[in-house]
Amino acid sequence: MDFLIFEAPILMVQATLDGILIGILFALIAYGMALQWGVMNIINIAQGDLVILGGYIAYSMYLAGIHPSWGVIVSPIIMFFVGWGLYKLVINKVVDRDLFISILATFGIAIVFQQLMNFIFGADVVVAQSGYGTTMLFDNVVTLPHSTIFSAVISVLYAVVLVIYMRKSKLGRAIRATAQNARAAKILGVDTEKVYAATFGINAALCGVAGALIAITFTLHPYVGLPYTVRSFMIVIVAGLGNLPAVAISGMGLGVFEEFADYILGTEFRIGSVFMLLVIILVFRRFKLSRKREYLK
Amino acid sequence: MNKIAKLFITFTSAILLTLATISSAFAKVEGDTIVLGAAVSLTGKYSSNGVHTQNGYNLAVERLNKMGGVKVGGKSYKFKIIYYDDESNPKRAAQLAERLINQDGVKYMLGPYSSGLTKAIAPVTEKYKIPMVEANGASRSLFTKGYKYLFAVLSPANQYLEVAIDLAVEKNGGKPVKIAQAFEQDAFSQDVRLGILDAAKRTGSEIIIDDKLPKELNDMKATLVKVKAKKPDVLVVSGHTKGALTAIRQIAEMKVDVPMLAMTHCDAAKLSKQHGKNSEYALCASQWHKNLSYKDKFFGTGKKYDKDFTKRFGYAPPYQSAESSAALIVFKDAFERANSFDGDKVRDALRTTEMQTFYGNIKFGPGGQNTAKPMILFQVRCKGDKCENKVVAPTKWASDKFYHPIPSWSKRS
Repeated sequence: MDFLIFEAPILMVQATLDGILIGILFALIAYGMALQWGVMNIINIAQGDLVILGGYIAYSMYLAGIHPSWGVIVSPIIMFFVGWGLYKLVINKVVDRDLFISILATFGIAIVFQQLMNFIFGADVVVAQSGYGTTMLFDNVVTLPHSTIFSAVISVLYAVVLVIYMRKSKLGRAIRATAQNARAAKILGVDTEKVYAATFGINAALCGVAGALIAITFTLHPYVGLPYTVRSFMIVIVAGLGNLPAVAISGMGLGVFEEFADYILGTEFRIGSVFMLLVIILVFRRFKLSRKREYLK
Repeated sequence: MNKIAKLFITFTSAILLTLATISSAFAKVEGDTIVLGAAVSLTGKYSSNGVHTQNGYNLAVERLNKMGGVKVGGKSYKFKIIYYDDESNPKRAAQLAERLINQDGVKYMLGPYSSGLTKAIAPVTEKYKIPMVEANGASRSLFTKGYKYLFAVLSPANQYLEVAIDLAVEKNGGKPVKIAQAFEQDAFSQDVRLGILDAAKRTGSEIIIDDKLPKELNDMKATLVKVKAKKPDVLVVSGHTKGALTAIRQIAEMKVDVPMLAMTHCDAAKLSKQHGKNSEYALCASQWHKNLSYKDKFFGTGKKYDKDFTKRFGYAPPYQSAESSAALIVFKDAFERANSFDGDKVRDALRTTEMQTFYGNIKFGPGGQNTAKPMILFQVRCKGDKCENKVVAPTKWASDKFYHPIPSWSKRS
């Protein structure tokens, strides 16, 4: 335990700002998960690994001499097709089945992706340099790296574009219709197969954006996907499906929670505190839901 | 099929099986070949360092065989290594050690990569009384268990950054310093931490920040914020490659000014290449550097080794490769002094090893650790955009001067 943050309350500003900025990025990943969960009823355990793969795409560009920030455009395009292919190859066989089967299937995909990334990119930890500077506030006590600000701005941008797309476009409407009632949508002429493939692709594309942002703000390694899966799972659990503002708020909330846990409990409990919070929330939700009759099974 | 035929088949297969086991039980020395066994990580999270280890072993085998092999009883023998992939998994490593010993009949082992895997294998080699020379397990706990068949050519983990504290005290005019430290929660980093605690006690220095880092580390802002607030004289970080990379990235982003920064795993993280100028002035602990003045007759100097290795494998050797090559030189020397293939005689010969290799002096302490070779520190220095590692400590082998204190970020371009 460390109470420095209470002795110097200015550090709370730092923790809160960091938490919000990083939380926005988490929210983007979680939004993709919520979208696909809502539409296809699939919990994607491979979410974090898709993120890391997106990061490696940006890193490859960086190695080729292109500024890694362009990854936020290139990576989602490639990842969309990765997601689409993944759907055609695996997910379409489990999409109407039990939730448990989809969890197993995506768990398998996660392992395959980890090993493939290890094979292709090696087991070394890598970083992509953005060369962005830092803004210093409050007499140099609070620092805001521009890379984190950039990542928050890009995340918001993508979320807004996606929301507009879902409202206005034909495919967006089809996706929303399928989410509400897949069978009815099918009867009314929606090609649900195509909708599913597109949804999975869009989710992978969002992961691609997030990955590219992580490549320039944090570090990449083939086996660090899981924490991102858990974070987005938790955000979705708290926010519910298909509720973007709630996803954004719970993402930022999680970010701030993590930062404070980091300062007070120590960095070693950072991810641990997220897992702990997940357990608490699941128990709490279960408790709340069990009071409704239909959940008493 | 009638009964007799069945019986016949059973008998023949039984006999064949027995023969198979017998022949493998004598496989330690086949004709003029000495067979060594090794489980290394060719896949999984340690795969890059596992490959460095294997390349180091292979280069040494090629070189020693070419230069006349091992002379035992007036006859010349060649080295051969049986490799298995342990998938970076300790359980698998222990199984493979059993397999090497029981099925392949290996009588002499080389170590795997990493302390964790060496810890998994050591009890097995100990059980079967198989001498193992390892080059990549530095954890102090390997040398406190009373193992009699384990020999490590590298310096134990607690020595990694002790030198840095001594250096900080020296630069402070012999007065105690304030230390901030952040260590990952794994065997290796915790050993490094113990070394720092010893050094702090010895010099009367005070540890003002003592943080622990998680396995999934990619953010250590909290520690760095504390460093900014408490202004220590030296910051020590050990969290494998991700620790080194994360530390430099965030120190640069947050413009943390600290007079001295000491780390491990800089070369494995390719720090100077991945972070360029931002990594300048970082002090890094290393087992070996090519500019050191050690020599032997097989590889010549470190520089020569660097050249030969680069020619053979297409990249410059990290210290993991150099120490792995040294392990084979030690084995050759022990076989020749023992003048026998008896496991215990070879072990006794290993115990009295006292030699210089291109990698450093080697003499084993009672626990099997190498007591003759100090750790070295290098400092990242940049000229324009090109950054290089310069050896700055210990002064006896240092090729360059230590730059202290690190200029503040406002003065760095």
